[in-house]
Amino acid sequence: MSDDVFIIGLAQHKFGRFPEKDSLDMASEIAMAALADAGMTMADIDVMGCGSLLEAGSGQRILHQIGATGIPVYNVTNACATGANAVRVAYMEIKAGISQVGLAVGFEKMGKSGLLGLAAKVAGADKKVWAPAGRTGSVMPTEGVLGSGMMPAVFAEIAMEYANNNDGVGFEQFAKVAEKSHAHSVLNPYSQYRKAFSLEEVMNAEVIAWPNTLPMCGPTGDGAAAVVIVSGEKLKTLPDDVRKRAVKISASVMTSDPWTAGGQAGPDVNTCTRMAADKAYEMAGVDPQDLDLVELHDCFATAELVHYDNLRLCEPGMAGKFIDERGPWRDGKIPVNVSGGLVSKGHPLGCTGVANLVEVGMHLRGEAGDRQIPDAKVGLTHVIGLGSTCAIHILEKVS
Amino acid sequence: MANQIPVVDYLSLDGAPHLEAQECENCGALYFGRRNACAKCFKPGPFKVRRLADTGTIRGFSIIQRAVPGLTAPYVSALVDLDGGGSVKGNIINTEPSPENIKLGMPVRLATYSLGTDDDGTEAVAFGFQPA
Repeated sequence: MSDDVFIIGLAQHKFGRFPEKDSLDMASEIAMAALADAGMTMADIDVMGCGSLLEAGSGQRILHQIGATGIPVYNVTNACATGANAVRVAYMEIKAGISQVGLAVGFEKMGKSGLLGLAAKVAGADKKVWAPAGRTGSVMPTEGVLGSGMMPAVFAEIAMEYANNNDGVGFEQFAKVAEKSHAHSVLNPYSQYRKAFSLEEVMNAEVIAWPNTLPMCGPTGDGAAAVVIVSGEKLKTLPDDVRKRAVKISASVMTSDPWTAGGQAGPDVNTCTRMAADKAYEMAGVDPQDLDLVELHDCFATAELVHYDNLRLCEPGMAGKFIDERGPWRDGKIPVNVSGGLVSKGHPLGCTGVANLVEVGMHLRGEAGDRQIPDAKVGLTHVIGLGSTCAIHILEKVS
Repeated sequence: MANQIPVVDYLSLDGAPHLEAQECENCGALYFGRRNACAKCFKPGPFKVRRLADTGTIRGFSIIQRAVPGLTAPYVSALVDLDGGGSVKGNIINTEPSPENIKLGMPVRLATYSLGTDDDGTEAVAFGFQPA
């Protein structure tokens, strides 16, 4: 088995809607930017992980643009955890000693997609004869009939379950999360939206799926992000200026959702996150209180709040108090989503899980510009893919 | 009503409408839908049909204001923990869909309603939950 794995090159595209570029333009540009950042070309790369949900199987198409050398390409999809999976397959090849240098690319071209979930499954008006189908013998699409599988509703329910189990959590606390993230986004030039909202504006905005109002929902958009990672052995051979900017991957952990009673009614994103977090802290030898910043999966502001607790950023059951006391603000106890989070930055599915490593990596290098968390040494990234998957990476500044 | 069909097979219309789960005879884990094995204890089964309670409490919910095209909003989607075991997703019906009215931990009871008839005259029946 190889020693530690390090990020030596990173790049992210601005999030947003870019009709003038196609997905290959964006992914190729960012892959080349990450390579240039590492002082490398495709000639140096042993393995590629590529994540895109809507254009699965695109890794080779990118290589056909930027450098086709015959290396293995792992095209991965895993819902919203797709990008983190792309990093992890390259990481595993290096860890296994099969490869020395890996490139991971995550991208998505979504444009303005509207509500995500089960929109295609609403009953049609064709001639109909009810016939049981599928594993639950349903006679028609059940979206809106047996609850909702739409993302704003699913993550609202997850958050309300937390409110049911813990005191001091409600609509106002969820809204405060969005207020915080949008305030952070103003400093991030990569963010799709960079507009601050007052708490009142968040609470009085259009309700999408209560308690999620519009500014509490992550927008769809286009994005691309890439990292170049190397073995410790390889790092030793690289120039000083590359080594100085290297970021160590202290933990890379992935879990799927284990059986839980409640998980039969709706996705359980808590148990798999708690399992992954505990394992990641142990692997890295890091305590949650050591974290200088966290980029966690806030597809909705409601989702962010439950992960304060799942990631042990607050005392058990105290996520409401944590946001009330401004713990996750950039000048708080543990800054969370200083990028503006997915609710501001946007959530181009396959891109997200790579982009959060890029974001934390920029802070650890001291290259995050106006939004820099001063003297950041340790950071954590977290993504959830419904179905469900959790992927966590802990990154540390070297030297 | 001979010509009725449940919207999903875990709603039984045999006698008083009720929900049925597949229960692992080894560990007691409950599931909806056809099983290949038990995800909790990893045994291949067997499974038996277990009748679930008609009553339960709301564990989590959302009031959908912006629904997908073709659906009427607002409506309430909820996670309901049934008394005695079983957790199921369904709409909260026969009550005003407002945050003031729908409460966490609220006791609810199974209720059914018609989804209309097909071209052969068969009526599809759905379930939801109403305040108990």
